[in-house]
Amino acid sequence: MRVIVPLQGVVQGRGGLVLGSVIPCAFFYFLQFYLKRNRRDEPVSESDPANQNSGSSSPTQSELNGLSRSLSRVIPSPRNSGAHVSVSGLANSILKGGGDTPYHVGLKRAAEDPYDELGNPDGIIELGLAQNKLSSDLVSDQNSIGLSLSGIASYEPSDGLMELKMVVAKLMSEATKNSVCFDPSQLVLTSGAASAIEILSFCLADSGNAFLVPTPCSPGFHVDVKWRNGVEIIHVPCRSSDNFNISVTALDRTFSQAKKRGVRIRGIIISNPSNPMGRLLSRENLYALLDFAREKNIHIISNEIFACSIHGDEEAEFVSIAEIADTEENLDKERVHIVYDLSKDLSFPGLRAGAIYSFNENVLAASRKLTTLSPVSSPSQHLLMSAISKPEFLQTYVKTNRQRLQRIYSEFVKGLKGLGIECTRSNGGLFCWADMRGLISSYSEKGEIELWNKFLDIGKFNVTPGSCCHCIEPGWFRFCFSNLSEKDVLVVMNRIRKVCVTCKSQN
Amino acid sequence: MMERSSNNNVVELSRVAVSDTHGEDSPYFAGWKAYDENPYDESHNPSGVIQMGLAENQVSFDLLETYLEKKNPEGSMWGSKGAPGFRENALFQDYHGLKTFRQAMASFMEQIRGGKARFDPDRIVLTAGATAANELLTFILADPNDALLVPTPYYPGFDRDLRWRTGVKIVPIHCDSSNHFEITPEALESAYQTARDANIRVRGVLITNPSNPLGATVQKKVLEDLLDFCVRKNIHLVSDEIYSGSVFHASEFTSVAEIVESIDDVSVKERVHIVYSLSKDLGLPGFRVGTIYSYNDNVVRTARRMSSFTLVSSQTQHMLASMLSDEEFTEKYIRINRERLRRRYEIIVEGLKKAGIECLKGNAGLFCWMNLGFLLEKKTKDGELQLWDVILKELKLNISPGSSCHCSEVGWFRVCFANMSENTLEIALKRIHEFMDRRRRF
Repeated sequence: MRVIVPLQGVVQGRGGLVLGSVIPCAFFYFLQFYLKRNRRDEPVSESDPANQNSGSSSPTQSELNGLSRSLSRVIPSPRNSGAHVSVSGLANSILKGGGDTPYHVGLKRAAEDPYDELGNPDGIIELGLAQNKLSSDLVSDQNSIGLSLSGIASYEPSDGLMELKMVVAKLMSEATKNSVCFDPSQLVLTSGAASAIEILSFCLADSGNAFLVPTPCSPGFHVDVKWRNGVEIIHVPCRSSDNFNISVTALDRTFSQAKKRGVRIRGIIISNPSNPMGRLLSRENLYALLDFAREKNIHIISNEIFACSIHGDEEAEFVSIAEIADTEENLDKERVHIVYDLSKDLSFPGLRAGAIYSFNENVLAASRKLTTLSPVSSPSQHLLMSAISKPEFLQTYVKTNRQRLQRIYSEFVKGLKGLGIECTRSNGGLFCWADMRGLISSYSEKGEIELWNKFLDIGKFNVTPGSCCHCIEPGWFRFCFSNLSEKDVLVVMNRIRKVCVTCKSQN
Repeated sequence: MMERSSNNNVVELSRVAVSDTHGEDSPYFAGWKAYDENPYDESHNPSGVIQMGLAENQVSFDLLETYLEKKNPEGSMWGSKGAPGFRENALFQDYHGLKTFRQAMASFMEQIRGGKARFDPDRIVLTAGATAANELLTFILADPNDALLVPTPYYPGFDRDLRWRTGVKIVPIHCDSSNHFEITPEALESAYQTARDANIRVRGVLITNPSNPLGATVQKKVLEDLLDFCVRKNIHLVSDEIYSGSVFHASEFTSVAEIVESIDDVSVKERVHIVYSLSKDLGLPGFRVGTIYSYNDNVVRTARRMSSFTLVSSQTQHMLASMLSDEEFTEKYIRINRERLRRRYEIIVEGLKKAGIECLKGNAGLFCWMNLGFLLEKKTKDGELQLWDVILKELKLNISPGSSCHCSEVGWFRVCFANMSENTLEIALKRIHEFMDRRRRF
């Protein structure tokens, strides 16, 4: 609730007490009361954190609910009515000008009315596309690939085939147990999640702007967001005392500090399930984030690349931010963008197939154009389609994958516990976040890296130290368990034990 | 060979290229490397490094393998190894690219140049298409607001590929029909001066050889002059050679690689970079395979890391590696493809001539550069666009006007001839004949 505005009148000495404060105050209170009542049809329990996820008896459920209720949730802040969230200068110039030359216009027109000797003899003959079809037969005949080129060799829309988009949309919907029905026309396919994040970075922010990123975060973000765009990442550190949950208060504080420094924040980037903690965000968490984004009129990018890799107990439910956005008005939908990647959920990293899902037409249009610089290879699109188009296969895959991840995760965490190493509770993703503060020689990044080196040199295993994830507290490590068999887990535990022994003898 | 004196200036890269924002030196990558060098295997290497630093999911891999094996028993989608190759294929995402594929690309590029230049597979960086390769090089060689000099007319896509996200400008090197649109030293100097006058820093020259849209190879003398110019100004030279396999007579193509072969001075070689792709020569644009070949170690290293945004699918690499390293096939393909293109070019040029239309003498590519200047009512860009509109709407032919290619002379049009059957080409020529007949009657 903004008290600043009504008091302005008093402070500025205009209008006296009544005109300056009482009347505007009353107006504001009534407006907000009206807005709150008409906002959405949500059960009253929404406002009570303790009743969230009713039915869960796990004592750790509340710790999983993170995101402290901010004031802006209980008493909704006034909407920036009519304030569209803006896209970057680059996106605007792409939307205005790109592709309007006769060169591009001609290609479009010819594609809409293509000549065909029998079917469309009065159609437009395409003499504007520099493509060589004269020797395709030689390539097809070549035995070593035995491949039929028809339908896969030619130029295709750079943002992916519609048939593949339909299949990807189904997979993403399956991950939410169909509580969201993703629309394929809002998907843009590109060669990997890194490319998807970079494209979004280019579309949503100008050079010198920044994104807020709660840490610890995925090691790759910095490259994807910053490298070629000159956009900054400002960390919002989360702490072990909060179970590394995101606090809106911390987001707000960081936002204000950046503003004071003259840095314009364009959005928040989150991962759900989170990387490296492997925690699912609840509906409440997501609403609170969206509230914050609305209040500041910024974007949210939700990195949902592990959507199918859920392994928690039965209640663990992946809630996509799309579900939240779906219930909001258009202005809010426009600020929500999702990054997906077939490589994580389907074990296909080599095929390079990532996706952007957005509710913002401008972002979709600009992203589509930018995919010419990072398109998905055509044969790989066809391979992916054949891999994931059968609904029964998809359902079986998602279910079996979940069970197997659960098994390995339990074994792994049990093993670590047996060595006296605790992990934060996780219910999604391919990793666990282990507390090794007891093993580091000094409570510093140096101590952490020393331990990491021991893991590699003595233990002969590679894990990710928390500093790579920009964790503010030293001593935490990310262990990815999803490329281990159950036998391997025992081997790993023995090796960790070996290193622990050397640490204890040194400490 | 011309004595090329260099001032021993080391040519610079962009700020983005030299920044350490890519995080390559972090434990994240160091650990990955350690694993790659000594990977754990239960039976074969039980004391190897176990990888737990990479969030990849292999627990359910077998489900996919079994499912796909049933769907595609001939295993044609997995390359020469068949279905057993699937696992390697699916998991491989090293931005170095498959060694066998790079070797195959190097060998293919050598064959196209008749063995007149050698290509080192370790200098090949793979990108998802030449579009990506051009953009990537621009990011590495120039800073925002710097410029690349590009001879006109040029491929319309450059305005987007070279400038959109990089913030780099294009300053045209004006060429005209008085000398068959060849790049002259005067035109180079003039373009450079134009940039300097506007306080713009020039970082390189980017040419297409053979040229798009001219459909003609760049003469050896011109290439040597270009390299001299770049040495004198201490800037880069990028040669986009994506049509090199589409030259009608092999002997008529000189690659900048041949010129560099004869040079020892590293500070000269280091400024040369070549872009190649399989989209045009092999007719596989959908596969999205492009490469950057650079004689500059820093550029290779940076481009490789930056290619993580635009990697070539591992499946695609596998599929094509065996085909491209089959020298018997590639020799036959290159030879027959050249023949067919030459024949097709002759058909269209003859056909246009009969209609009273002249083309620039071409010897390469998938298009001809046609002169309709004499048909323009107004010898202006508008006049040209009016004619283009008439050809599109009345003749139902889509051709590309020279103004889209930034040609400084009006009336030129690019006409592609390799993406339709001979019958369709005849129909197109017939429409043009009829149009010319109608105009003559007035």
